[in-house]
Amino acid sequence: MQSIPIEHGLILAGILFSLGLIGVLTRRNVVFVLMSLEIMLNASGLAFIVAASRWGHAEGQIMFLMILTLAAAEVAVGLGLIIQMYRRFNTVDINVLSKMKG
Amino acid sequence: MIILFYIAAAIAVISTVCVILQSNIVHALIYLITSLLSVAVIFYVLGAPFAAMLEAIVYAGAIMVLFLFVIMMLNLGQHTRDQEKSWLTSKVWIAPSIMSGILLVQLVNVLSELDHDVELTRVGVLEVSALLFGPYVLAVELASILLLAGLVSAYHLAKK
Amino acid sequence: MLDLIWLLPTFPLLGFLSLVLTGGSLPKKIVAVIGAGSIGLSFLVAAIIAAQFLANGEAHFIKEVWVWMSVGSFSPGFTFYLDGLSLVMMLVITGIGFLIHLYSAGFMLDDPSYSRFFSYMNLFVASMLMLVLADNLVLLYLGWEGVGLCSYLLIGFWYENPANGYAARKAFVTTRVGDTSMAVGLFLLFAQLGTLNIQDMLHAAEAQWAIGSGLAVAASLLLLGGAVGKSAQLPLQTWLPDAMAGPTPISALIHAATMVTAGVYLIARTHVLFELAPNVQLLVAWIGLVTLLMAGFTAMTQHDIKRILAYSTVSQIGYMFLGLGVGAYSASIFHLMTHAFFKALLFLAAGTVILSLHHEHDIFRMGGKRKQLPVAFASFLIGSLALAAFPGTSGFFSKDEILLAALEMEGPGLILWIGGVIGAFFTGIYSFRLVFVVFFGESKAHHEDKEVAGFSMAGPLILLMILSVFGGLITIPVQEVFNHGDVHEEHHVSAFMHGIMIAVPLLGIGVSYLFYMSRALSIENLMASSMAKSLHKFWFSGWGMDRLYQILFVNPFLFLARVNRADLVDRFYELLVQLTRIAHKMVAQTQTGQLRWYALSIAAGLIVIVSLGVLL
Repeated sequence: MQSIPIEHGLILAGILFSLGLIGVLTRRNVVFVLMSLEIMLNASGLAFIVAASRWGHAEGQIMFLMILTLAAAEVAVGLGLIIQMYRRFNTVDINVLSKMKG
Repeated sequence: MIILFYIAAAIAVISTVCVILQSNIVHALIYLITSLLSVAVIFYVLGAPFAAMLEAIVYAGAIMVLFLFVIMMLNLGQHTRDQEKSWLTSKVWIAPSIMSGILLVQLVNVLSELDHDVELTRVGVLEVSALLFGPYVLAVELASILLLAGLVSAYHLAKK
Repeated sequence: MLDLIWLLPTFPLLGFLSLVLTGGSLPKKIVAVIGAGSIGLSFLVAAIIAAQFLANGEAHFIKEVWVWMSVGSFSPGFTFYLDGLSLVMMLVITGIGFLIHLYSAGFMLDDPSYSRFFSYMNLFVASMLMLVLADNLVLLYLGWEGVGLCSYLLIGFWYENPANGYAARKAFVTTRVGDTSMAVGLFLLFAQLGTLNIQDMLHAAEAQWAIGSGLAVAASLLLLGGAVGKSAQLPLQTWLPDAMAGPTPISALIHAATMVTAGVYLIARTHVLFELAPNVQLLVAWIGLVTLLMAGFTAMTQHDIKRILAYSTVSQIGYMFLGLGVGAYSASIFHLMTHAFFKALLFLAAGTVILSLHHEHDIFRMGGKRKQLPVAFASFLIGSLALAAFPGTSGFFSKDEILLAALEMEGPGLILWIGGVIGAFFTGIYSFRLVFVVFFGESKAHHEDKEVAGFSMAGPLILLMILSVFGGLITIPVQEVFNHGDVHEEHHVSAFMHGIMIAVPLLGIGVSYLFYMSRALSIENLMASSMAKSLHKFWFSGWGMDRLYQILFVNPFLFLARVNRADLVDRFYELLVQLTRIAHKMVAQTQTGQLRWYALSIAAGLIVIVSLGVLL
């Protein structure tokens, strides 16, 4: 197999992660925030896969599976919360939820 | 194969940028699926066909469909798009972009210290499955319980 | 059997605990059985131990129960030390204590807080036993404070009346002055001699300090401060008359028979220290003399039956101090014992009178009660005879010994003797003034009630009467304790001097008879002149001591409290509060409630930490 430089794979993961982070920090629409979170989770999964290929171990892929499971559960709960939020406040603006102000 | 990696990487980055810039939520979702599929290609190129399959089926398939359902349920139509446009002024991008940029620079800086020219090894379905149902069977069980908990709480939370 | 000495304080303590933990839910009969029975058991054990101890003929017996605390070389324990002195104290406390408990079972029967009363009483007896049986000064101090606490609780027993609470606080605060001095004395002794075990400490003091050295003077003065406070001697005597606010059995047990004599016990116990400081010992004698005279004068002018007895207690403890001061330790302890007999008798009899006359305290509103209250009359007659040292009664023997010892002392001995004899004259007057006014003359009271005295009340009175008469024949086994420096038994006193000592109390009784019985002499005539009137007023107020302390201590203190109302020390803590509040506001600012802000903070923290990892 031709050699793909490992750092390129990891840098790609880093770029995707940073883009996800920008999305989380920037967007006010809570659905977008959740999507950005998915991007970040996916980026970390990518990093694991790259590492698994680098060392020739299957453990990295197993970690990716765990992340996948986590993402699925998180999305399910998160979307449930979004629905509930939309019912209560009739908006998806995350700035509305500021009851925890000290 | 190397070419395939770089093409897929470019598509992934571009479509992800489109996700975070997009004001139309359905379009953003399509871009996100594109990004996920290109990442699946990358997985395949990196020698992880099992992960690539799961990425395509679970991520791009199941999870994104969930998003789609919610978007439909909430009926986020035209007025949401206008709202998004009014929220996404250029000012709000500055601080997150700078911070993420710094983070990326740091990551690249760390990665540049890695040793180059290492052969990537292919890890097939067989190895992963043998490990998954061997030493990690408990983790699989826990993951299934986590999914069950997610299912139950999602049902409970979305209830009227 | 001697090993069982730890049972002595344990029985009353168990009684206290069971009464406190049941919180007054027990029926009164069971309370009385627990309250009086625990002391009875203690007395039984004490009697057996005493018999065995005397049969053994050893000088002392030590029983270590457990080590209380151990800090370096300092490890005071719950260690009991039995010798002749603690033996006498132990028997007096448990014996008189049992009789008074028995009496209280009848006396307090109508009180709603029956159980509370007995729990305090039991705690008191336990503490007092701890005090006299302690082998080290720390344990002694524990008992010392314990009895102080019980005294406070029992003076204010009827706390619904604010005056009683005030009296309790006064007693507590005044004795606290003495206790503080005593605590400082203990620190000094420990710092200088390295031990608080009483016997070791006394030996070390004898070995290290010369007679009259500054440290010996300081230590004995500080201990004297404690003794003076507890025993209500000058200048801390003002609390005792007010302490009569408590129930009468309390006055008998705590403020006549046992607790107030703790100071006498302390000085007798540490008499070696006082012998190392002859000037302080002389001061003890002078304190005793002045106190007994002042209290004697005051007692003649009072008309509250309990206050008369209270002042006479102060006066009799003055005699004990006088005896300690002239080195007649065994005579003082002897007087302590006989005083416990007849003063307990007098107080209990006074309690019967008060109870029978519906809480009437003023003797001039009684009168002619000898037919109506026969038991109380007999008790008062015998008790007063013993108090006035009528030949043959117990008080005669003990007071006689003290005065003879004073006479034999060189230097100021004669003056002390004369003072003591004058005091005995007053004792005769005031004690029989009480008897004549209350029991003779015409019955002017509106009360026509019968004497309230069931068996449980009359029994102790009769026993105490016997003890008051024949108690003088008891020989107390304290020679071993005071073997050095004690005044020996054979007195070389002329028959003339002895005659004076016998005659003077009789003279006092006679004077009292002339004034209050036959009316041959009239008080009205005596009181005619304005000088006599103001003198009477002066004495009646207890020589104006309360007023003096009000001006000297209370008013300046109140003034300072008013000036420093906004407490200076509080400023610092208020500053602390302000700083905390400001910090809180600053930190609260970061809690915007905005989810994106939190995410931003997390990302910033991540960047900082990764930067640290990259740069370092």
